[in-house]
Amino acid sequence: MASKTLRAPFSLRLLTSGFIVFWLILAAFPFVWTLWGSFKVELDFFSIADWTNALTGYNTERTYGSPFTGVGYHGAWVQEEFWRAVINTGIVCLFVVCTSLTIGTLGGYALSRSAFRYTFWLLIIALIFRAMPPITLVSGYLLPFFEWNVWGILPTTIIVLVAINQPFTLWMLHSFFQNIPKELDESAKVDGCTQFQAFRWVIVPVMWPGVITTGLFSFLLAYNDFAVTSMLLSESNRTMVPEIAAFLGTTYTEGNVMFAVAAVVSATAPLFILVMFFQRQIVSGLTAGAVKG
Amino acid sequence: MKHRTFFWFFLPTGLAMLLFIAAPIVSVVLQSVFAPHEPVLITAQTCTPFSCTEETTIDQEATRALREAKPLGRFVGLDIYFNRGHLATAEVAEAWRTSDNLTAFFHELGDLPFYRAMAFTLTYTFTVTPLLIIIGMAIALAVNTLAQKLKGVVIFFSLLPMIVTPLVGSLIMFWMIDNRGVLGNFLSWLVSDPDLSVKASTGLMWISLIVYGIWHSAPFAFVVFYAGLQTLPEDQIEAAQIDGASRWQQVRYIVVPHLMPLVTFVALIQLMDNFRVFEPIVGFNAAAHATSLSWIIFNDLGGETRQLSAAAATSVMTIIGVAILLSPVLVRTWRDFKGKM
Repeated sequence: MASKTLRAPFSLRLLTSGFIVFWLILAAFPFVWTLWGSFKVELDFFSIADWTNALTGYNTERTYGSPFTGVGYHGAWVQEEFWRAVINTGIVCLFVVCTSLTIGTLGGYALSRSAFRYTFWLLIIALIFRAMPPITLVSGYLLPFFEWNVWGILPTTIIVLVAINQPFTLWMLHSFFQNIPKELDESAKVDGCTQFQAFRWVIVPVMWPGVITTGLFSFLLAYNDFAVTSMLLSESNRTMVPEIAAFLGTTYTEGNVMFAVAAVVSATAPLFILVMFFQRQIVSGLTAGAVKG
Repeated sequence: MKHRTFFWFFLPTGLAMLLFIAAPIVSVVLQSVFAPHEPVLITAQTCTPFSCTEETTIDQEATRALREAKPLGRFVGLDIYFNRGHLATAEVAEAWRTSDNLTAFFHELGDLPFYRAMAFTLTYTFTVTPLLIIIGMAIALAVNTLAQKLKGVVIFFSLLPMIVTPLVGSLIMFWMIDNRGVLGNFLSWLVSDPDLSVKASTGLMWISLIVYGIWHSAPFAFVVFYAGLQTLPEDQIEAAQIDGASRWQQVRYIVVPHLMPLVTFVALIQLMDNFRVFEPIVGFNAAAHATSLSWIIFNDLGGETRQLSAAAATSVMTIIGVAILLSPVLVRTWRDFKGKM
């Protein structure tokens, strides 16, 4: 880069590095702190006497003979059966991502290949839908869902999350498909393929980078959702996030905050791994909309 | 593509959106103009030889029959919108008449749930959005000067606050600022007040929520601006350097104008997202100090009595608020589209 040929003055470099270190601490420290603290007893993690207790595990050692303890995790996973919530989250995320990508790919492809005016209006409507806060829709779901007796079960939540996901998926895939040259499927059609065959045999093999990126964001939406899952799932079908919220209601009174801390760490771990492996896709997905718009 | 083929390709996704986004919006609007039925009362007279007493009881049968016949409830028009839980027009008029000055008037307004929520939502939206843009820009400029190897690591850690589940992220923060947590302890030590508690103070709670909001969204701004910095016009920078522009002048007159479209993009997206602030209020257990429209809906829907009509009315008002914030985006998209034609 040109600006590198002129070396920045020492003071400026110091300021920049200082700022980055500050930001990194701000971004990462809360996670490290909570991970460390999740292996302590409550008196150490929340210590009014001496904050270094949380580092050394003074009370943990006195109670369990070692500065680390898995009691919080045992309480959350075994006693409170957090594993059920984990399985439910797994089911919900898997089905949401698969369904949402299947129908979103078809729709996004159609939008990118049709030159009629209504495609623009469909995209605008999708944009409006994308802006709707999911919680505002929930009050519209409850009455019919009670009426049809489908409230509280996983399939209902999956369908709702797929629908809420669609506007974003459509926009994302639409712009990815526009970058795939039209000549590819048009030449296939000249050779006698129907539109669907052209899609199946020519476009599908080259669309995976875009689909994977979109899938990541669908996954995040389903995984992170709180408004829909907490309102539409019955107690026995809860996914992780509403389950954690439910922990808070009971644990503050029972003095088992550490269960919630352990559950929070367990719920964050998969996201860490996700960012580690898919960092590039996430960054490209975030910027895809921006650089175009 | 022919209309027919387009229709079949678009059908599944279109149907999903129609049934689970468009229809609920209609249903919400409908619910907001209907209130639940009043129970049907019957008055029975029971006479003893000495006196007669009138007794009023709920006719369960008739009530159930009425509810089944008209599940939506009774039509009340816009009454719900104007009642105390929402726009509270009567109470506002009353407060306007009785308060001597504006301060007293706003104090009265602060007791009404809708205006209390609006006060926080708007403060949050319009402080978090500019601050996260400035901080995101600063991080992007700083990271851009780093060596290639370091960039990946910094981006990895920067993404975490944004990717983490909002409820989980706010809980992690909340446990730290608890007066027994590490940040809470630190703050007490800083102002040397051992009894300082963020949970007990409205001002501190607002500040923590805003700090959380910035922490959560700054990475998005950072990533977008960082991508924009990779397309900087090299020749312009060089020309400016030859003309003797200082580093600050280069940033001020070349880099920032180059990123301006991205700043608008981030601002528009974030205004909409911050307006629906919700999870942090649950995570911080902050309802006593700060509420938002989304939180009111959540609160009405949850619990023993599901107040569907009240929630629906708040939902409609939230949708209107989002629509106002969305209109500049729509205008922009429309202009882009016209430009392409």
